[in-house]
Amino acid sequence: MNSLILRLAAKRLVIAFLTLLFVAFTIFFATEMLPGDVAEVLLGQAATPEAVAGLRTAMNLDQPAFLRFIYWLGELFTGDFGVSYVNKLPIADLIGGRLANSLKLAGVTAVISVPIALALGITAAIKRGTLYDRIVSIFTISVISVPEFMVATIAVIVFAVYLGWLPALSMANEVTSIGGLLKAFAMPVITLSFVVSAQMIRMSRAAVLETLNTPYVEMALLKGASRRRMVLRHALPNALGPIVNAVALSLSYLLGGVIIVETIFNYPGIAKLMLDAVSTRDLPLIQSCAMIFCLAYLLLITIADLVAIISNPRLQ
Amino acid sequence: MTMTLSLPKPQKTRLPRFGYRFPLVGVISFLIIVAWILVAIFAPFIAPHPVGDIVDFDFFGPMTAEFPLGTDYLGRDMLSRILLGARYTVGISLAAVCLACLCGITLGMTAAVIGGWFDTVLSRTLDALTSIPSKILALVIVAAVGSSIPILIVTLAIIYTPGCYRIARALAVNINTMDYVTVARARGEGLGYLIRSEILPGIIGPVLADFGLRFVFIVLLLSSMSFLGLGVQPPFADWGALVKENIGGLSFAAPAVIFPSIAIASLTISVNLLIDNLPQKIRDRSES
Repeated sequence: MNSLILRLAAKRLVIAFLTLLFVAFTIFFATEMLPGDVAEVLLGQAATPEAVAGLRTAMNLDQPAFLRFIYWLGELFTGDFGVSYVNKLPIADLIGGRLANSLKLAGVTAVISVPIALALGITAAIKRGTLYDRIVSIFTISVISVPEFMVATIAVIVFAVYLGWLPALSMANEVTSIGGLLKAFAMPVITLSFVVSAQMIRMSRAAVLETLNTPYVEMALLKGASRRRMVLRHALPNALGPIVNAVALSLSYLLGGVIIVETIFNYPGIAKLMLDAVSTRDLPLIQSCAMIFCLAYLLLITIADLVAIISNPRLQ
Repeated sequence: MTMTLSLPKPQKTRLPRFGYRFPLVGVISFLIIVAWILVAIFAPFIAPHPVGDIVDFDFFGPMTAEFPLGTDYLGRDMLSRILLGARYTVGISLAAVCLACLCGITLGMTAAVIGGWFDTVLSRTLDALTSIPSKILALVIVAAVGSSIPILIVTLAIIYTPGCYRIARALAVNINTMDYVTVARARGEGLGYLIRSEILPGIIGPVLADFGLRFVFIVLLLSSMSFLGLGVQPPFADWGALVKENIGGLSFAAPAVIFPSIAIASLTISVNLLIDNLPQKIRDRSES
């Protein structure tokens, strides 16, 4: 029976790997649609025909696109991200520190929002239909149906303009003290936490509600178990898988949110790096950043699926 | 005898064909959506000031009788700019969602009817496409081919086609097993007839509800792209671009930053509420 789980999990991992290949293929060819010759663009004023031809050979641009894709993929797997078009620095160096900054932001957000969101989501499910549940639901629907930058602007207006607790825009590169660090992190983390929590509350509430609707929970009710015992002893242990699944899925909303948040608060993370690369059309940098984002996204989705497979009692 | 015959009659008249009952919230959100569509169509006639003209020497002006929503970072009237911005936000999003649903639903029904390897390959490919976060895919495409309104529409449509496809296919697979479809197939009807006349009527209700949800996603993504400076380009501005233009006024809570956001929220929340309050009859017509 356990081999069934192993087989399903292995199948999921293979699919994830194939998806990653497909994603790499899509990203590479989407960026290859660029009209005009990269070599000419790079050389700019100095684009004599000889220089262009030389650079084309040096960059493998005279090879068919598919071969270049294979080369690019091979280099990516060996950890060689190539060189930025704009400032000629190795992309690995450019990304390194920025990635750490973004991971810090994501980590702090996750640590803060997961416990709060789960507590709200599970209690809302337990008290379904009450005023409390309605307020939580209205909050989540409002946050989900507005753009992330609106959450950020409201957070700034509330915390920085009216309450005056925090600076409106953070400058994480000028951090000197722990207080400064907290202040620099506060606004981005608050904004991201709202975005991610809304998703997590909604999903965990749905997961618990689904378990509460099962016959064995009804049985516990009929036996005369208290509402509290019914939820904590009978429903929650079985809802654990779906809840972890919901957490992993909602954390994937971090990736979209982080792009907006890093832009609006000027936070030096990898999303800001990618946006700057888009405005300068630095294709290798865009490709590498996009791959990192897709990898993170795929990782979270795959974890969510694996948890769902492992925690499914019917497979054990 | 006459008693028993006359009894069922009043019940029948109480259930006319279009006797849908809309809750109040649904009606209000429907009216807001219609209002925005009308604004998008007639914007140049109702805007109080010319949209590109600098009418106030004070930038980030407050709300006054002449400028009901204040002025922007150059001293242009915000109300006029928001009314004109509705054209871009509503227009581009509607075009994109129609394109996405047209492709997604057609492909979904075709895959369900044909089945076999065609279905498998298409489903796997489109599933893989959804494993690229939507904002990243939009960034990559815009970085590669630039940003103009037709490109934006196609990009948004590409990003949201897989979602439409998945829903339409899942619904169509259920309908496909119905006897009347088998009969139609045995009659020798072609693919076009099958998906248009046999499958489509059965899935149209839930698909329309999904159309609304996807419209919300597209409005949000378009606004985010414009906010990042990669969507609608100046001198034109949709609501996301209006927020970006005036973000400098954020630190003193200028109305120019707040009102475009409120416009987006009013549209997206209305669509969400309208879908939630659609009569059960429309939403789940084909669920069986």
